[in-house]
Amino acid sequence: MDHVRPVPDGAPQGAPSAGEGTRLADLLHRSGLGDEAAFAEFYDATSARAYGLALRVVRNPAHAEEVAQEAYLDAWRSSARYDAARGSAAGWFLTIVHRKAVDRVRSVEAATARDEGWNRETAPVDHDQTVEAAHASLEAARVRGAVATLTDVQRQAVELTYFGGYTHTEVATLLDVPLGTAKTRIRDGLIRLRDLMGVGS
Amino acid sequence: MSEQDVHKLTGAYAVDALDELERARFEQHLSGCEDCRAEVAELLETAALLAETTATPPPASLRESVLAGISQVRPLPPELPRPAETSRRGAWIPLLVAAALVLFVGVGAMIVQPWADDDSGRGTLTATEQVMRADDAQEVFVDLGEAGRATVVRSKSVDRAVIVTEDMVAAPSGKAYELWFQTPAEDMVPAGMMPEGADQTMLLEGSAADAIAVGITVEPEGGSPEPTTEPIALFDLTEAT
Repeated sequence: MDHVRPVPDGAPQGAPSAGEGTRLADLLHRSGLGDEAAFAEFYDATSARAYGLALRVVRNPAHAEEVAQEAYLDAWRSSARYDAARGSAAGWFLTIVHRKAVDRVRSVEAATARDEGWNRETAPVDHDQTVEAAHASLEAARVRGAVATLTDVQRQAVELTYFGGYTHTEVATLLDVPLGTAKTRIRDGLIRLRDLMGVGS
Repeated sequence: MSEQDVHKLTGAYAVDALDELERARFEQHLSGCEDCRAEVAELLETAALLAETTATPPPASLRESVLAGISQVRPLPPELPRPAETSRRGAWIPLLVAAALVLFVGVGAMIVQPWADDDSGRGTLTATEQVMRADDAQEVFVDLGEAGRATVVRSKSVDRAVIVTEDMVAAPSGKAYELWFQTPAEDMVPAGMMPEGADQTMLLEGSAADAIAVGITVEPEGGSPEPTTEPIALFDLTEAT
């Protein structure tokens, strides 16, 4: 698996491309050999995405910084285990960031829930839908364009899970739909994005 | 969950929308389902693209702390190819091999345990055996569905508790099961990390006589001083027989 393919109608300037993918993979490879300068370069190429994602999910800037820092330390430690044959370096790293961010929001909620007793009901949290001041880039515009083609219910399901950090069970409850429906919306939405963005072989 | 439903979890897995137990079950499914592995890889890549839309420059302090942090940590060595690995199954084979190794470690630990417990002054019985054979042994059974089954046995007179698991799914990658005693004040006291492996018998660490419940949570490897997630199983000892 595979780096992001160029868009059919010509890759926009400055967008992550096969070139960026190769460069990031190479930087991770060198990091695995203990090259701190290479990792600093990897940081500079990914930190806005990593921090922005963590911030979007956990919402608290101090927590987002901690999440991003933990993710970078994990990436450094496991850099020799990144396998370019199995996915892009950015995808590999942002998966780590996302997992940590989601773990963080859920553990904060669990800590709150513990204070209220262990057998609490899952209550929907009031989330404002403010989109963070996003770094303008052509790639971002491309992704937004693809997201805009999803059906409303697919987009909602994908955003509540990926950015909201909700489980599919919670999403089903929030939207008052059967679990199978929530599951299908998430998967169908992602598959559509995958096809539009040309991910995969 | 039907076989067909499991395949549809690829999307929810890729956006981390499964709870710990579902994640563990699905990772077990992934180890044997090549189609799902391929789809998950693509959907993870796709989901990561969403982060393009929220890119935000971090504070300068993050760069400093990351670079200071890495200078103190050595990168892990690469995973070496194993001689037994013949088929082309990516990262999953090493995981399965690791699981098999842990099973042996588990058996080793059980053989070693009698000596460790020998100075308990109760003859040749291990603490585990003492609990299991105690006249006042109480048992609580919890069925976790596809995730397995577990029984907690507690003896107030021995002041210890034992957990026996059957067909337990492995904890999600990078995570482990941690055990807890719930005190009458409803505090959760760590009672040890569950060894990996589907069928385990483990003596819980610490005094069990006053506990009102035993809980299992999914925690980062190495455990947590207090639970960071909801319990996947809670054994209510106040209703034990």
